[in-house]
Amino acid sequence: MKLIFEKSQAGRTAGTLPSYDLPPAEVPEELRRGEPPRLPELAEPEIVRHFTALADRTFGVDTGFYPLGSCTMKHNPRVNERVVALPGFRDLHPLQEEDGAQGALELMWRLQEILAEVCGLHAVSLQPAAGSQGELTGLMLMRAYFADRGEAEQRKFVITADTAHGTNPASVTMAGFELKKVETDARGNLDLDDLRAKVNEETAGLMLTNPSTLGLFDEHIEEVAEIFHGAGALLYYDGANLNAVCGISRPGDMGFDIVHINLHKTFSQPHGGGGPGGGPVAVRDILEPFLPAPTVIRDGNEFLLDYNRPKSIGKVRGYTGPFGVFVRSYAFIRAYGPELRRMSEVAVLNANYMLSRLKSTYDLPFERLCMHEFVLSARNLKRDHGVNALDVAKRLMDYGFHPPTIYFPLIVPEALMIEPTETEPKETLDAFCDAMEKIAAEAASDPEMLKEAPHRRPVRRLDEVKAAKRAIVKYGFDQHPDLRGERAEGETVEAQKGA
Amino acid sequence: MAADESYPENLRYHREHDWARVDGDTAVVGITWYAQDALGELVHFEPPDEGASVAADESYGEVESVKAVSDLISPLTGEVIEVNQMVQEEPEKVNDDPYGDGWLIKIRLSDPGEADGLLDVAAYKALLQEQ
Amino acid sequence: MRYLSLTDSDQEAMLAAIGVSSIDELFQDIPERVRFDRPLDLEPALSEPELVAHLEQLAGRNAHTGRELSFLGAGIYDHYVPAIVDAILARGEFLTAYTPYQPEMSQGVLQAIFEYQTVICELTGMDVSNASGYDGTTVAADACYVAKHTTGRTKVVLTEALNPQVRQVVKTYAPGFGLEVVEVPHTDGITDPDDVRKAAEDAACVIFQQPNFFGCLEPAPELAAVANEAEALAVAHVDPVSLGVLEAPGGYGCAIAIGEGQGAGNYQSYGGPHYGFIAMRSDYIRRMPGRIVGETTDTAGERGYVLTLQTREQHIRREKATSNITTNQTLLALAGLAHLSWLGPQGLRELGETCMSLAAYAKDRLGLPLVFPDRTTFKEFAVRAGRPAEEAIRAAREQGVHPGYALKRDYSGMEDALLVCVTEKRSPGDIDRLAEVLAA
Repeated sequence: MKLIFEKSQAGRTAGTLPSYDLPPAEVPEELRRGEPPRLPELAEPEIVRHFTALADRTFGVDTGFYPLGSCTMKHNPRVNERVVALPGFRDLHPLQEEDGAQGALELMWRLQEILAEVCGLHAVSLQPAAGSQGELTGLMLMRAYFADRGEAEQRKFVITADTAHGTNPASVTMAGFELKKVETDARGNLDLDDLRAKVNEETAGLMLTNPSTLGLFDEHIEEVAEIFHGAGALLYYDGANLNAVCGISRPGDMGFDIVHINLHKTFSQPHGGGGPGGGPVAVRDILEPFLPAPTVIRDGNEFLLDYNRPKSIGKVRGYTGPFGVFVRSYAFIRAYGPELRRMSEVAVLNANYMLSRLKSTYDLPFERLCMHEFVLSARNLKRDHGVNALDVAKRLMDYGFHPPTIYFPLIVPEALMIEPTETEPKETLDAFCDAMEKIAAEAASDPEMLKEAPHRRPVRRLDEVKAAKRAIVKYGFDQHPDLRGERAEGETVEAQKGA
Repeated sequence: MAADESYPENLRYHREHDWARVDGDTAVVGITWYAQDALGELVHFEPPDEGASVAADESYGEVESVKAVSDLISPLTGEVIEVNQMVQEEPEKVNDDPYGDGWLIKIRLSDPGEADGLLDVAAYKALLQEQ
Repeated sequence: MRYLSLTDSDQEAMLAAIGVSSIDELFQDIPERVRFDRPLDLEPALSEPELVAHLEQLAGRNAHTGRELSFLGAGIYDHYVPAIVDAILARGEFLTAYTPYQPEMSQGVLQAIFEYQTVICELTGMDVSNASGYDGTTVAADACYVAKHTTGRTKVVLTEALNPQVRQVVKTYAPGFGLEVVEVPHTDGITDPDDVRKAAEDAACVIFQQPNFFGCLEPAPELAAVANEAEALAVAHVDPVSLGVLEAPGGYGCAIAIGEGQGAGNYQSYGGPHYGFIAMRSDYIRRMPGRIVGETTDTAGERGYVLTLQTREQHIRREKATSNITTNQTLLALAGLAHLSWLGPQGLRELGETCMSLAAYAKDRLGLPLVFPDRTTFKEFAVRAGRPAEEAIRAAREQGVHPGYALKRDYSGMEDALLVCVTEKRSPGDIDRLAEVLAA
């Protein structure tokens, strides 16, 4: 398929702007654009065709089953798209005076209240733009809390699980802490002995997802909380797996002091090909003074932005956060009401059903009921037939499914992490399990075919080594490299300069 | 074309899967067959500067494959006198020939006796059995 | 419940297959004391029509730009979003896909991001762009992180004429990054390179905005030169809509170009979601935060696209990652690509020229004293309303016009200053109306 630049023809355009009979305003010569940017030149029909062709080569939740573990690829209700486009939301400027934004502020305030209730905590900031940013915000809150108590120098370490998302350690570094890891035991819980050895007065806190990325609820969560609180440390909850426990167990009740929520996972903000998301943070009252400014407060019938927060960590994102995401999440939750619990119940039911069907065909690392997701290992296929998790994933594409997450969490070799979500019908779960069984059989009878999968997508298996070595990251207008051949004389990443 | 598994007799080995070929007060250093196999095809080598100091058991640079990054752990202490330019341009040389063309850096040793503390090939192979 | 497909008979069959007799049994691993034993204290469920009515009621209480003639800018802009952007974003495949970790399933998104990266490089004159950052504020923090790791220095210099929200966010990130932040005051609406020269010694980077927060054109080439002399990275925070008429940062010595993409293709949406962009010289490619799409071939030799250089990223490098960013702003960046494709180079230039000439007309027509009379401006300029800004705003809004941003919210000595923004959606007639309302 051609790039949009390859379809460009000089002189074509799709845009029309009003023109007025006004004297032109001149840019001083030293600041004036020299060469125009080489933007595409197409008329509207060809732009529409181009993006339609791109959409046709993309698989979304709307297309089919998308069981990416820890991503919660649930159905995105269409009514949410209708309401987010209401002019009163869509065309509202973020610096509009408060009295001209009462509907928006009320929506945000109500969402804050809802998230506090779901988390079992006291105060919420909606500002962070995504889960990772929520994590960083949470860690900054930890640092501010300890600085306020005169313990800033002392509290140097944050502990993460060995099953943690890569974002956890990355956030720890960005927040200026040092990292320690705690191990997972044979039952899939945190190893309490290892934890007791590592937690002391130099510990700022724990970052944990519960259920973990193994899809398992930590059976000792109360002891874990005691160990940290006993040392004067805090507990941070990575909300990536909140879909398992809404209305069933609340992070605040588990002992967590700070929670980030992924609005694009649990609360149906569409994933958009990679984003946007929303990563609001809920906190225990002891941390409320440090929340980013402004928060939304209620004063009688008025909703206001509270900038008067002298202990606030500051601002992590522009304005009040990704408002369009709030609208969708709010609408999603209002459609459920207290029945939100049912969402989590069905998510957990669906995952356990799939687990029961697949555990004899694939290796099961932990012999327990799972929560909303579970991890299998393709280790048996690798040992017996040389077929690995990557091959299974690529072959699933031929059966019309998006693969699950692979090679994560790191402690399970040849990991396949499967999260169906609550919006899938039983027939889809059965069809996926049937395909997984067929693939296991194909591994025995025709392993070479699996190693060359996918066979039925717009492209065959792609060469990621070549991509990393050649680093062609934009179109080369003067001479776009032809990657089917060898690297050209003088072609390096630097050669893309100005090309 | 990745090399066949081998661990030359005449080299000294470090538990972090590096080798050293000691010659008087200099040593040539690289990563073992086991390391390149675990990483997969290398796409990038981030070397230290010539003249930089390296210390035994500490990181002196990085190698990357598509899916992994690995710190390079120095087996010995000294000063970097040469960096393998060819590997910087063609990192896959490390997979093809980890002990020959795939060498990474040359060091002038602070203490030539330090190499005695490294593993011989039998001890290194025993370590691999435990992996 | 309408978002669930499960029937009672499905549930029975599934529980039997699992080997439990009730849903509650599935949660047996959760200790008693942390179980939530009451219903969530949430308002009752709404049917779809009720839900829409409720949201319409909330939306109806906001003074949006359809109801109030708006001259409000200050970082988020009422530019025209063409209908094809809506059409493209409504495609369910783009809307509901996730990060393209499995490239064979996501060639459409990957190619679109590759095209977006190209367009951002073209606008900014840089060699490599990422797939988007959160917004125009966090990309400044990203740039500081890159500068620290590239130069080894820990001081960052920001101009006071850089958007106050951007500066606040950098200051929030700075302690964790181990950075000291120094701000250089403006001189009559622009930044004096000599003031920057002093601050730039031992700095990791210098960040300035073009056009700046006051709408004024900075002496950008000189500011970049001063940074480069001090061996600090020159970082320009730019308005994408201006880059058809203003020179690209890559053309005057910058190492990094950043900005807020909203004005190119996104609705205002009370501040988000939008997309930040960040692009740099190829020397820094391995320090680039966030995702990058690269070209490659498949086993049949066909061209294809993949996420590349992933070893920078958190899912591989973990604590040594160039950033913790995972979810970004892809869908909004796609809107930017669609919008810029709709405009084309000619359209982008005309857009810049139209905004500039309308703003020049407004400067003249309003007849109010300019805060910075000697400065060339782009689409925004500051005037003195002759009374406290909030009063001028209140009076104007009573007449259905929002006259602009009260600069006193961020700057001292600006008690009566309004930052007036004129985009291509405002006509000379609209400007006449503003003049009328402000004169009253």
